[in-house]
Amino acid sequence: MSPTDRRYTMEHEWWQEEGDEGRVGITEFAQSELGDIVFVELPEVGRVLRAGEALGVVESVKSVSDILSPVAGEVIAVNEALRDRPELINRSPYDEGWVVRLRKVPETDAGGLMDAAAYEAYVNAH
Amino acid sequence: MALGAKLVSFGGFLMPLHYGSILEEHRAVRERAGIFDVSHMGEIEVAGDQAERMVDELVTNRAGALAVGGALYTLMCRDDGTVIDDLLVYRTGPARFMLVVNASNTARDLQWVRARSRGYDGVKVRDISAETALVAVQGPLAAKVLSPLAQDDLGGIAPFAFAQTRVAGIEALLSRTGYTGEDGFELYVDAARARELWRAVLEAGRGLGLMPAGLGARDTLRFEAGLCLYGQELDDTTNPLEAGLKPFVKLDKARFVGREALLRVAASGPRRRLVGLELLEPGIARHGYPIAMDGEEVGTVTSGMLAPTLGRALALGYVPGDRAEPGRILAVGVRGRQVKGRIVRTPFYRRSKRP
Repeated sequence: MSPTDRRYTMEHEWWQEEGDEGRVGITEFAQSELGDIVFVELPEVGRVLRAGEALGVVESVKSVSDILSPVAGEVIAVNEALRDRPELINRSPYDEGWVVRLRKVPETDAGGLMDAAAYEAYVNAH
Repeated sequence: MALGAKLVSFGGFLMPLHYGSILEEHRAVRERAGIFDVSHMGEIEVAGDQAERMVDELVTNRAGALAVGGALYTLMCRDDGTVIDDLLVYRTGPARFMLVVNASNTARDLQWVRARSRGYDGVKVRDISAETALVAVQGPLAAKVLSPLAQDDLGGIAPFAFAQTRVAGIEALLSRTGYTGEDGFELYVDAARARELWRAVLEAGRGLGLMPAGLGARDTLRFEAGLCLYGQELDDTTNPLEAGLKPFVKLDKARFVGREALLRVAASGPRRRLVGLELLEPGIARHGYPIAMDGEEVGTVTSGMLAPTLGRALALGYVPGDRAEPGRILAVGVRGRQVKGRIVRTPFYRRSKRP
């Protein structure tokens, strides 16, 4: 079950908003599709991202996938633990495996993202 | 998908990429044993009084000198020395051979072999891929898994030898070959009996830690062992000498297709060479990424990954023939970033010999 305290993209990222900040990660479905994750490329703190822009890369044994930013914002922290333990995304995609923390640009709107129920329906339809 | 296999389309077959975790399957094969369904491989039978001469002149290795019950790795080249395919040749009778080729090349290989057979009286070429299933059992415990099922003593089957025997009561060509860098066996059986064989082997391996393994682990295992994959290290533009396959090219044979071209390559030295690379900064080199030396793009990565057994970011790739020695520093372009690396020896992984 997808946590209901956050919203989801069609590309299987999640966005957990806390005030004008929030965390980004990839979903349980995404990590299970990718399989064993062996490398994560993280952005520099301070980088300003557009919604839908690649903020990093997650590599499994056999695949390379962009992580797209669910909202427009500035990178204020990255999950340093992923550099040595990329498998945290497999083990705990919604918690320990978070990828970046963003500060939203004021005019951004996460309302276009799916809630948990809509995301589940979306995944099940594919 | 009773085993929870993740399927991918490959060469027209629906094949298991993995049954849960490529890394676990990889480890099982290195430490215990794994079982692979590789029935997608193509099998071509060549038979007739002149089959020995025909096969010998078709491939780069000394296939004509094989005894019945022997197999070898070799290449099939064009007149210009480029590789049509890499394959195993089995001598199944005094005048009968089986060629085991890559799935995605089977159709054109068959066409090529048929065309080449025309000059040899009475040689018949038959595609037996559809009726032939191939199950590989690989790993240090492979012999232990198969022993209770095999009619023959497995100790009597040396590397690259085979027996036409029964396994779990099923007629099989059982060879001590594989594509993982481990000890192991490949079993060619009637496709109608493959499921039965698969189940019997899984059951026999239950207490030994045998795991079903998919194409993903097959690729990571062959990569660490430095074995070429057609479509990556080898393709229509590659010759076997630049791919480091000289031991399988017998230039002193009187005749084979591509010999004259390969003699010229050998005389001048290959223009480029396949080498092992290790990245010295974070990143993973992947197929198609550019390789630069002294600020200039000079080659391409053919395969790369975080090698599961070794835990290092390794790759295979082509660099200029005169700049291919181990220790040389280079850079791989990883999504626009230059990641420092160096040339290292291959194979990356070599199993320790067990008694």
